[in-house]
Amino acid sequence: MPQNEYMERHLKLYGRRLDYEERKRKKEARLPKERARKAQKLRGIKAKLFNKERRNEKIQISKNIKAHQEKKSKKENEKIEEGALPHYLLDRGQQANAKILSNMIKQKRKEKAGKWDVPLPKVRAQSDAEVFKELKTGKTKRKSWKRMVTKVTFVGENFTRKPPKFERFIRPMGLRMNKAHVTHPELKTTFYLPIIGVKKNPSSPMLTSLGVITKGTVIEVNISDLGLVTQTGKVVWGKYAQVTNNPENDGVINAVLLV
Amino acid sequence: MSKRQKIEEVSEVDDGRTVQARLVSDTGEEAGPPIDLPLTVTVEQLGLICNALLKNDEPTPYLFFVGEEEIKKTLNSALDLNSIDTENVIKIVYQPQAVFKVRPVTRCTSSMPGHAEAVISISFSPDGEHLASGSGDTTVRLWDLTTETPHHTCAIHKQWVMCVAWSPDGKKLASACKAGNIILWDPTNGKQIGRTLVGHKKWINCLSWEPYHQNPDCRRLASAGTDGDCRIWDTVLGHCILNISGHSSSVTAVRWGGSGLIYTSSKDRTVKMWRADDGILCRTFSGHAHWVNNIALNTDYVLRTGPFHPITDRKKKYSEIEKNELKEMALRRYNEVCPDGVESLVSCSDDFTLYLWRSNQNKCVERMTGHQNVVNDVKYSPDVKLIASASFDKSIRLWRAQDGKFITTFRGHVQAAYTLAWSADSRLLVSGSKDSTLKVWSVQTKKLAQELPGHADEVFAVDWAPDGTRVASGGKDKVVKLWAY
Repeated sequence: MPQNEYMERHLKLYGRRLDYEERKRKKEARLPKERARKAQKLRGIKAKLFNKERRNEKIQISKNIKAHQEKKSKKENEKIEEGALPHYLLDRGQQANAKILSNMIKQKRKEKAGKWDVPLPKVRAQSDAEVFKELKTGKTKRKSWKRMVTKVTFVGENFTRKPPKFERFIRPMGLRMNKAHVTHPELKTTFYLPIIGVKKNPSSPMLTSLGVITKGTVIEVNISDLGLVTQTGKVVWGKYAQVTNNPENDGVINAVLLV
Repeated sequence: MSKRQKIEEVSEVDDGRTVQARLVSDTGEEAGPPIDLPLTVTVEQLGLICNALLKNDEPTPYLFFVGEEEIKKTLNSALDLNSIDTENVIKIVYQPQAVFKVRPVTRCTSSMPGHAEAVISISFSPDGEHLASGSGDTTVRLWDLTTETPHHTCAIHKQWVMCVAWSPDGKKLASACKAGNIILWDPTNGKQIGRTLVGHKKWINCLSWEPYHQNPDCRRLASAGTDGDCRIWDTVLGHCILNISGHSSSVTAVRWGGSGLIYTSSKDRTVKMWRADDGILCRTFSGHAHWVNNIALNTDYVLRTGPFHPITDRKKKYSEIEKNELKEMALRRYNEVCPDGVESLVSCSDDFTLYLWRSNQNKCVERMTGHQNVVNDVKYSPDVKLIASASFDKSIRLWRAQDGKFITTFRGHVQAAYTLAWSADSRLLVSGSKDSTLKVWSVQTKKLAQELPGHADEVFAVDWAPDGTRVASGGKDKVVKLWAY
């Protein structure tokens, strides 16, 4: 280890040899030949290490050449992109497809026609025997006018039970749900939203009125969190969604938003 | 009549009690000697007294404050009689209001189609006679405001037109595009003036002209680029005079101040102050923890409108008065707002805060917190009493300009608020939002004054004409809408 910068000091005091530059140039000019000779001669691990280093150098060189060429060639006119954004949104990496999703008129027209262009057009009909379980009542269990719903149900917040003695349909607490995982088909995102009501259960109107949710049921969900607005500037808060899974098997409700 | 109402009525009755009060302006000057005021003195009476004490030629409307509280009806409604010492002289702060009133815009007078892509920038000329809009379809369009029809289409840009800026004399329009080129236009015929200013390597975020009182020819222009440079251009020669490259990241906004200083904000979390003549860095304001999105100067409005007040001097014409005289007038107007040449500026940032700075001190005056999301836009009111900020947390917040104290929050948007604009009398402001509506807010009632639905998609740009008659807005639905009373 040198204890001082004595070489630099010497250089400052006495300068370089007079032929320093020339010798340096010649040495550099000889370097490729020297290297080639070395590459041919080396064997074993030394050759391996040498070749690896050489290869990396070459990669770097070709990269440099490419960069220089790119710099030289003139750029062609960039294509005009669609979906112009103001400067304050440009670097924010937002999704581009936040266009107006809600169209009240469309939805109303659809509602009038009574036809839904739904994701699941055909749904297996649910038989009464499947949905309801008979309950035997009476002292001698002779009567069987009570039914228990075996599917997931939505029960509104302000629902009060009839006295148990007169309750014809029992909707078990364990199968009541009030939130659904709703997927927005265009945004491809899923939200966990509260259910407002059951719009239609395709199997029968009675199941609709009971609030039974099976596969293919159209439910109304509260989307006020998404912040959608109508053309007139009002906040959209209720929208329909169709259930895509069998909630009674899965324990959750998955649905697709109808837009 | 219920008992409670009776009690209230009793307190309304003049019981002859008086207090010693002193009228003081918000800068601390006394209007006159202390006077004996009955407790039941109303705001109107206070206004008469104040006008008489100050010997105003024409009556000026005033706001009166005791401490923090505004006197809304009578003096005793704002005073807490139990806690104050009636022996002492009460300080009543008066704040002059604009003599003129801008009526809130209520309806859409016309929606003007023409752009083939989203409208991302919009601006009224300083005299309020022209309107320019820049769009993603690479054109700048000039609109005729009397008939509300398209006037000229300027299609030379090759990329989205990111921003448009009028020179303070209203004779030139500068527009900048995403490719980094700046083009100057003649608003009377829609033709290009001079050469295209080429130099920026990426898109331009903001343009700012030299103030009128420094150069009535409106020759120099500053631009803020995403490549981290701020360039100063000579628009007559058509080349770059100076390249200020002190920021290490994209420059988001630039303002050419009235005392020969240029202020820039950047995504490198700083706001910097430069000397306009040689580009030497004068001061660095650091404090923000994230991108600085925008800045506003207290002199923005006077610098924008130049020598004339667009409302009170409406009849005057630029062409009839000599340039030197105009320059003097512009300087006088500037000195009214900023008498000692110390400008204040406010910066808003991605760290959800705003900072209030003065151009003569490194430390901030106030750190304004409260927003719950990115603060995207901030504007001084034209009378420099208030600051409004628009944030992605769906709210607009109002701050006192002098010390940055929070005043109120305007809530009502259901999506991020992008931009805002003040009316010329500082009593109203309008905000444009992602939820496709514009909302007009009243500063006095601190409530929503008017909701303006009509756009079919996000509103990107909004501007209130300097003379207060109109609001223009443009957005993703490609139409320019004009709103009026």
